Amino acid sequence: MIRIKNVSAYYKTVQGTVKATEDVSFEIFDNEIVGIAGESGCGKTTLMKAIYGNVESPMYIANGSIELEVEEFGEKKIIPNQEIHRYWWDHISYIPQASMSVLNPVVRIKDQFLDSYLRSEVRALGKQALLARMAAYLQELELPPEVLNAYPHQLSGGMRQRVIVALATFVHPKFVLADEPTTALDVVVQRGILTMLMNLQKQLQNTFVIVSHDMGVHYQITNRMVIMYAGRVVEIANTDVLFDRPQHPYTEMLINALPRVGDDHQRSGIGGRPPSLLNPPAGCRFADRCYLADAGCTQVQPELVEVEPGHFVACLKRAPETAASAPQSTWRGTASA
Amino acid sequence: MNGKFLEIRNVSKIYRIGGLFRPTKIAAVDHVNLSLDQGKAQVLSLVGESGSGKTTLARMVLHLVQPTEGEIIIEGMSTGRRLNRSQMKTFRRRAQPIFQNPFESFSSRKTVDTYLFETARNILGAKTKAEAHRAVDEALVSVGLSAERVIGRYPNQFSGGELQRVSVARAMIPHPELLVADEPVSMIDASMRMNVVNLFKTLRDEFKVNILYITHDLSTAYYVSDRIAIMYRGNIVESGPSTAVLKQPAHPYTELLLDSVAKIGEKWHDVVRLPDMESKEYGYVGCKFAERCPYVRDICRKIKPPMVTTEDAREVLCFKLVNYENVEEQKVAT
Repeated sequence: MIRIKNVSAYYKTVQGTVKATEDVSFEIFDNEIVGIAGESGCGKTTLMKAIYGNVESPMYIANGSIELEVEEFGEKKIIPNQEIHRYWWDHISYIPQASMSVLNPVVRIKDQFLDSYLRSEVRALGKQALLARMAAYLQELELPPEVLNAYPHQLSGGMRQRVIVALATFVHPKFVLADEPTTALDVVVQRGILTMLMNLQKQLQNTFVIVSHDMGVHYQITNRMVIMYAGRVVEIANTDVLFDRPQHPYTEMLINALPRVGDDHQRSGIGGRPPSLLNPPAGCRFADRCYLADAGCTQVQPELVEVEPGHFVACLKRAPETAASAPQSTWRGTASA
Repeated sequence: MNGKFLEIRNVSKIYRIGGLFRPTKIAAVDHVNLSLDQGKAQVLSLVGESGSGKTTLARMVLHLVQPTEGEIIIEGMSTGRRLNRSQMKTFRRRAQPIFQNPFESFSSRKTVDTYLFETARNILGAKTKAEAHRAVDEALVSVGLSAERVIGRYPNQFSGGELQRVSVARAMIPHPELLVADEPVSMIDASMRMNVVNLFKTLRDEFKVNILYITHDLSTAYYVSDRIAIMYRGNIVESGPSTAVLKQPAHPYTELLLDSVAKIGEKWHDVVRLPDMESKEYGYVGCKFAERCPYVRDICRKIKPPMVTTEDAREVLCFKLVNYENVEEQKVAT
């Protein structure tokens, strides 16, 4: 499992410090697909980088810790954030945003495959055996093994994306992080790739973390969801629960933002824009766009409160009393218990 | 029958790729016919995946690319041939583009109003500063923004949705009759998307602008458009009133598209087949969708399917509707 505790990840810029994620705490369990949703600039990609241990200047972790719990030689082992990079590919892999363009256009797929596993333990197999295993693995995923000999530009965007997924899951890592895995793709290809991810997860029984701004994608494939707004987590729940009874007004608005085929209701977007993260407001960050907000919301920062088992909301209007009277039932309380 | 506002007549665009001596020819757009009636302003959605030819078709309508064959007529003004300078100027006043990524269409080093005033001077032909100011003001108001909020600001001071509204305002300055919007909301956050999409509805109803809305997103296409055309590998496979097409798809590809939308409230249950090497499909003699079609029969692979006109005014390029008989063109009841 992955334990994220009070993580604040900032960027140093000329204008000041951008507080991209602030005090984020939640846990990612084994054998589940977790979705992280929110608008651009809400900190979801920053959080993914932090989880992957890929923290490069100007980004830095100002506060908090991230721990990975993996099993090595039958023993449970806790990997702190600074060590995660040693476990890349073997235990944790990352499918970055716009990953279709991460392949080097002048190097054949197979060489990029081999390069990626340069430091991995599977390298001991030898080049030919490794390639044969890759071909077999591609076939398992219903991809033509010939793609190994192709250059990236010879493949369509959808095919490249599927090759990347194959690359990232080849040694069956325990954690797979995917940042907007289908954003630039067409609906049919998107569906193909999402189904592929779902089947892989079922087969490998591992953990997938999927970042997407498309609530439809989350509905289709995730088990649990984390909604982020302006660097903070505003709601956590099982996907079915979240769509059935969203508690945070922002979640509600995200779900209802887009029209559906066959539904003739007039829709409107969410007015306004997220606050600047250089200087975030003191109270609830969603307050100035929220239809429930009052003066109190702009003063007090809401904490995540458990409204029903496994369902956490950070909203003074929707989950008020528990916040004041029973702080032990907040998310952080259960996490440390 | 009424006159046509926009008529795309038998238009093809063939690109040659690879090889100096034996290049492969790819028909990006393959004998497409499409029209918009005169009189009432409409939104026509052009839906398809990447490589379906929708962007090429839009660029031909905008006169940025010349068709290899056929012609495109906007109310008597053919854009099938090259236009000279003054014709081009008139044309730019009548048809205006909106591009996909607003952060790329505005330079980050210039204030956005530079573009607005340039359009007012060069395309609308405003002679004085006051005239240009008035035109810019009007356009900004028409998209729900105001001059104070926009003038003097740089692109990074806007959200994606706002900036896209500025680019719609820019396009509205010369009072065009046609807006061609290529994936205008795909780079915008879901939460802001509807602000732009609703704007298209307002422009259609209040300013009588026809809109060619190019997208791969069926849900916004359903929401905004009056008519819809589904493209696949250069062919229009189904076109007609958007409610009819999307509520009861007649072409198997439209069906597949609709099934594949990541809907909220209904989970996928069956598997979908993706093409292995997509570029092969351009070369198919018969129906280009044949290899992926669940209803395929032998004839589909050998002969190009007929354009069938159904009773509810739809055009469908499929053998299924004529019981797989070899016919030229036909009208059938649905």
